[in-house]
Amino acid sequence: MPTQSLSAERARRMKSSTIKVDYLARVEGEGGLTVKIKGQQVTDVKLRIFEPPRFFEAFLRGRKFSEAPDITARICGICPIAYQMSACHAMEDACGIKITGPIRDLRRLIYCGEWIESHALHVYLLHAPDFLGYEDAIRMAKDHPDEVKRGLRLKKAGNEIVRLLGGREIHPINVKVGGFYKVPDKKEFCALAEELKWARDAALETVRWVAAFAFPELDRDYEFVALRHPDEYPFNEGRLVSNKGLDIAIREYDQNFIEEHVSRSNALQSRLKERNSYFVGPQARYNLNFDKLSPLAQEAARGAGLGPVCRNPFQSIIVRSVELLYACDEALRIIENYEMPDAPAVKVELRVSTGYGCTEAPRGICYHRYRLDDRGVIVDAKIVPPTSQNLKTIEEDLGQFVQSHLVIQKDRLQWQCEQAVRNYDPCISCATHFLKLHLESE
Amino acid sequence: MHNRKHKPKLAVWKFSSCDGCQLSLLDCEDELLAVADAVEIANFPEASRAVVKGPYDLSLVEGSITTPHDAERIHGIRRNSKFLVTIGACATAGGIQALRNFKDVKEFVSIVYARPDYIETLKKSTPITDHVFVDFELRGCPINKYQLVEVLSAFLNGRKPNTPPHSVCVECKQRGTVCVMVAHGTPCLGPVTHAGCGALCPDYARGCYGCFGPKETPNTSSLSSWWSELGVSDRDLMRVFRSFNAYAEPFRRESEAHEK
Repeated sequence: MPTQSLSAERARRMKSSTIKVDYLARVEGEGGLTVKIKGQQVTDVKLRIFEPPRFFEAFLRGRKFSEAPDITARICGICPIAYQMSACHAMEDACGIKITGPIRDLRRLIYCGEWIESHALHVYLLHAPDFLGYEDAIRMAKDHPDEVKRGLRLKKAGNEIVRLLGGREIHPINVKVGGFYKVPDKKEFCALAEELKWARDAALETVRWVAAFAFPELDRDYEFVALRHPDEYPFNEGRLVSNKGLDIAIREYDQNFIEEHVSRSNALQSRLKERNSYFVGPQARYNLNFDKLSPLAQEAARGAGLGPVCRNPFQSIIVRSVELLYACDEALRIIENYEMPDAPAVKVELRVSTGYGCTEAPRGICYHRYRLDDRGVIVDAKIVPPTSQNLKTIEEDLGQFVQSHLVIQKDRLQWQCEQAVRNYDPCISCATHFLKLHLESE
Repeated sequence: MHNRKHKPKLAVWKFSSCDGCQLSLLDCEDELLAVADAVEIANFPEASRAVVKGPYDLSLVEGSITTPHDAERIHGIRRNSKFLVTIGACATAGGIQALRNFKDVKEFVSIVYARPDYIETLKKSTPITDHVFVDFELRGCPINKYQLVEVLSAFLNGRKPNTPPHSVCVECKQRGTVCVMVAHGTPCLGPVTHAGCGALCPDYARGCYGCFGPKETPNTSSLSSWWSELGVSDRDLMRVFRSFNAYAEPFRRESEAHEK
């Protein structure tokens, strides 16, 4: 090759490159990411999901309504409670019943357990290593043993709630449409309450610890979507609201949101019909429900330098820690006020109808819709997990982030891209119905 | 262990699954740092972005084979692993996604996806043992984390894992739980289901639903007649055997006997 074309070739290569991660780590499930850069312009961002499809919505057809909580739990080993809760609420909506009193409180409590377990896992084991420059929490534990041990004990405290109420941490067996198979006596909570008091202090420490991390800049005009309830920080009930005027009942979800199938993906991407991408999860909940946090959680957030709205997704680790604190606080409040109900569940009367449920999984809203026949058999099912709702937003974040950080060394930029994806604590196993990272310059 | 020059290399692999079984390793909050100290975690993407090349001393495999690509990938993992242990109902029996094995998968694809042509999937979801030699299978949907620590300890120390193959009934007797079927007439899969969960469901006043799959030599047809006497229909019996271990041979045959 003549010298002239060699230097021309080199000049061309300098101008374009690809950042590429084949298998994104510290996320749940399998996916990859490609960012293409031509000259000084990001030309394409693609999240590829190669987690194999499992067809839950198809094989739910023909199953009984009572089987939905146990079956849909298997969509995700990290947040089975979210699926069980959304399924139960959808079935109860179909049957026209509303759960109140201690059973409602126990559902909120088991959800607190899942938030504590999942948030502690993400903050300490999956996300913090990015900020401190470690490949994983086990390597981080060599230099920061006390923090990692604190994270593991926090995670365990959350799991203890799920285990006590659900029988086991993963795919709990005690949740059913109408309530529970068995409910605990008040005194069974004694040891747990003591551990949760420690956990609440540890969560407060967590907020302070993560607030001191260095955060890359990213600010975009997001539409945050979360549940909002008049009396409480949202878990199981409320209206779907956004910072751009969305305010709908759960049963109006399908009129307002649409799922699209893109070729590189085994996951469906969601968007708002009237606008476009949206943002679900801890930051969306926090930004739309700051006033409903407990005084302790509000004070901790302010102490960490957060206002009632936090838009930089890299700071999601602080928001997640504030929610971790809130969940410990709320769990203790529920346990304190708990009185054992007369019956563990409400009787369910079947009827031909369609039921809608949407609850706040640790990663954001999880929507279920079921149509039932007169014998309680599922005729049609639709499930929208949180991660598929965040996919578009993650791609857009990456586009803007890479565009404004092109001068950074490529290895470092690739790592920060991975970190930007982990901001959303994506659960690819769920969305497949997500991550390798490819940053590509042509 | 302390005499070894090199720490044994542990790898965790994922196929079609919910991630719950590998999460069980991270759920060993009290044991995790000790395990991480005893082995070199060479490949565990859910927990680490670091990847060490094989060969591996022990590979834990989660999930079932559902795509042409995965059917190839498992052979490479087998070639690179001294021991290969499958963990959970997906890897040992095909999992809940094996419900497709009883239907036309094309119909399933078209129900869930707007563009079926974008989806590449096999007609059946199959256990790992249908594709490569497996050294040990750990049952459960999900696995029991204490059994996982037992299996790790056994393989790293060259002994056989102590995971009894008897039924859930034995576990009920061991923990002193009153039989929900005899005392309350609650249909229970305990007599034909593999032990390992610690008989959780009966302790929570519900019948076992078989998430650990069939025990050795299960008499499923006898149990079905008992269920029929409790008023359970053939259609419901089919559903009961056709869940998280639907494609495990004894449960598959029993569910087919009640189809129609």
